Amino acid sequence: MATINVAGKDIEVDEEGYLVNRADWNEEVAKIMAKGDNCDLTDSHWEVINFLREYYEEYQIAPAVRVLTKAIGKKLGADKGNSKYLYELFPYGPAKQACKYAGLPKPTGCV
Amino acid sequence: MSEEMQGGIIKKFLYVNRRAPYGTIYALESLEVVLISAAFEQDVSLAFIDDGVYEIVKGQDTKASEMKNFSPTYRALEGYDIEKLYVEKESLAERGLTEADLLVPVKVLSRGEMADLMESNDVVLSF
Amino acid sequence: MSLLHTINKSPFERNSFDSCVAHAKKGSSILLIEDGVYAATQGTAAARKLEGIMKDVKVYALQPDVNTRGMQSKMLDGVNLVDYGGFVDLVTQHNAVQAWL
Repeated sequence: MATINVAGKDIEVDEEGYLVNRADWNEEVAKIMAKGDNCDLTDSHWEVINFLREYYEEYQIAPAVRVLTKAIGKKLGADKGNSKYLYELFPYGPAKQACKYAGLPKPTGCV
Repeated sequence: MSEEMQGGIIKKFLYVNRRAPYGTIYALESLEVVLISAAFEQDVSLAFIDDGVYEIVKGQDTKASEMKNFSPTYRALEGYDIEKLYVEKESLAERGLTEADLLVPVKVLSRGEMADLMESNDVVLSF
Repeated sequence: MSLLHTINKSPFERNSFDSCVAHAKKGSSILLIEDGVYAATQGTAAARKLEGIMKDVKVYALQPDVNTRGMQSKMLDGVNLVDYGGFVDLVTQHNAVQAWL
């Protein structure tokens, strides 16, 4: 089992880097994961990550990218609820990459 | 299916749910298939009959059994543009349940209407 | 000391419940687990059957399985709720367990 080291503690991740135990998540975990992708997390990134964590808390799933985009638009405004904005923040795919940093499983149906 | 998508053909899909949620994997599998297939932008309806009505009962609390409570996910279906949920009246009544016991907005159909609904779809997937 | 019957299937889906009730002798106990707990919910034909045998047979339901299914507020009066520890106690208090699968 792969691990990432966060503050001296080894945390289990799967072969694609998603957390095995959601309870292991904290902000430091997100930062370390992002660093591995050469990504510095800004407030704009955190807005999406926190949104995803709230979405998961409410619905117990990671949303598909189409659903995420629409929901972000509803919550944070149309200037953010579009693919261009989200792909600029998360070039590996907003649902896939942001879900990983948020400590969620890969969105259902995402390959 | 992808060729049809490119051709813009939209078919009517009906997912028939008739199993209780935790004793077997059917309910969860059905929900996952529904979520995945939402990407294909087809005309999707969900039917809950027999023990399937138990899937969307309010108040499911899995803390003590330590199972995954997937009932909140039915409330996410609306965000996936899946808004046609049908529940059979007789199935509710046999179980001592009413529409007020359900955690999502649904349309309650009689058994006869449910039979008509099944006939009116192009593809019926049963779980 | 007698038999502890356990039922883990929905009474609407299998005949495990009906067959168990038909075989449960006076003094034995029935413990409803997993989808079997639906049998003890108000307004069902199964619950009416349970009411009919309760004077002879003690009826229990596993609380974690009741809660999981959202049936907490629907349980028939007279059904005793037990936790996992209570399940073990019931097993030890009876001669044998018959599982109606």
